[in-house]
Amino acid sequence: MDFLSDNLPYILSGISVGGQYALIAIGYTMVYGILRLINFAHGDVFMVAGLMMVYLSSWAPLYVTIPLVIILTVLLGFIIERAAYKPLRSSPRMSIMISAIGVSYLLQNISLYITGGLNKNYPSIPWISDTITIGTAVTKRVTVITPILTIVLVVALVILIKHTKIGMAMRAVSRDFETSQLMGIKVDSVISYTFIIGSLLAAIGSILYFTNYPGVVPNSGAMPGLKAFVAAVFGGIGSIPGAVVGAFIIGICENIIKGLDTMLVTSGIIKNPLGLATFSDAFTFALLIIILIVKPTGLFGEKKTDKV
Amino acid sequence: MLKIENLKVNYGGIEAVKGISFEVDEGSIVTLIGANGAGKSTTLRTIAGLVKPASGTVSFMDEDITNKKANEIVAKGITLVPEGRRVFPDLTVIENLRVGAYLRKDDLTEDIKWVYSLFPRLEERSWQAAGTLSGGEQQMLAVGRALMSRPKLMMMDEPSLGLAPLVVKGIFDIIKEINKQGVTILLIEQNANMALHTADMGYVLETGRITLSGPGKELLKDEAVKKAYLGK
Repeated sequence: MDFLSDNLPYILSGISVGGQYALIAIGYTMVYGILRLINFAHGDVFMVAGLMMVYLSSWAPLYVTIPLVIILTVLLGFIIERAAYKPLRSSPRMSIMISAIGVSYLLQNISLYITGGLNKNYPSIPWISDTITIGTAVTKRVTVITPILTIVLVVALVILIKHTKIGMAMRAVSRDFETSQLMGIKVDSVISYTFIIGSLLAAIGSILYFTNYPGVVPNSGAMPGLKAFVAAVFGGIGSIPGAVVGAFIIGICENIIKGLDTMLVTSGIIKNPLGLATFSDAFTFALLIIILIVKPTGLFGEKKTDKV
Repeated sequence: MLKIENLKVNYGGIEAVKGISFEVDEGSIVTLIGANGAGKSTTLRTIAGLVKPASGTVSFMDEDITNKKANEIVAKGITLVPEGRRVFPDLTVIENLRVGAYLRKDDLTEDIKWVYSLFPRLEERSWQAAGTLSGGEQQMLAVGRALMSRPKLMMMDEPSLGLAPLVVKGIFDIIKEINKQGVTILLIEQNANMALHTADMGYVLETGRITLSGPGKELLKDEAVKKAYLGK
């Protein structure tokens, strides 16, 4: 029981961070599913959502700012696709990837210009930033809300994809652009919808994520973006359930590693802390290497059922 | 109904179609036959709006549709059953049918019943992923999917490709049946014998040009056609 109470805070924050990674990872995996593109700008869209919150919240009350940030982030995702990816639709895949890297740096540099590189304090959102106590763990309410909200959004998304007309169109387009066009599907609008959904979830993820952190800087999106990307690959890129499971596993594992020293010391296995927390980021990437060697298609990787 | 005038299409850096003209009358079955690389597929893909022509016009029901996009052309009532069937492998059979009716907003129950009455095999496999069907079943599904848009004109690209002779006969029987029910058919085939027996009108395409034309039954008797395409 002591073990659980000692480690509950780490596990809770792991689940919470996992949910935030999941919301970002879905954007990576959906775009990959349709365009076979790793959207390198996605983490930066997430960061820009954070910065927009910082600036807008000093102008307007939060009940205006939050929906506004979500709408503007969706708009940003939509515009990025139309301006930077759509013109390259029939170019080699490498060109569009380079364009994605370009957009990523563009967003970071614009942010750097606007913020002057200074840390911008993220507004504290009442209720979700309140401190609560669960068992022995003292945490913010957002820690509990994140995983619940993530699950609700993912279930809604899966229903959208499995049971609606636009979802069916997305699944069709992800397999075959040309035949989809022959069915009368507007491929460009389906792609736009994908970016809209991805950006919407990234905006929500950003609000939940930055609430736990003191502030936003122009490269705030890099690490969570990268980890969400690893989560998507780990789960099998192109698969939504895969991305979610991958994100939770990575979130929980990296937080357990952060708490591992305390765990080991209190249980008497070691006398002095080893500084293992330093390796929590490295763990994520070690996991990526392992999965790429052992099962390159990831946990729920796309099965090929084509019959030619 | 469909009128092609002096159509030229460049495809993959070469002039694949070098100025062809032909017509498809309402209610008929028309076939384009020819060897590999004669420009048959390119012609159909151009009519369907997947490829832009270099010059010439395509008109349908007296309306110029030359530079319309593929999704607009479906809305006009032209559908293409693509070469190699191209069913959506992860979608179930019934989802494939529904996606075929993507532009329609009305009730699909009757149409699905109709397709299932033409292809009872598909009904048995309704909830199966299309990727798990046999080649013949996939061809049936591709035809059924095309019919779901309620086309006036159905174009078919090599429906017999890679299928067993008995299955091919079944497919051609269905084509005649669909035609009887009021759908005009434009068919391209390497299986010239089967195609000419079925068609009211045939055109022979050779390296991007139409070299012969006439009613299907007459082309079957033509010496040049016999030699080149019927192996007699």
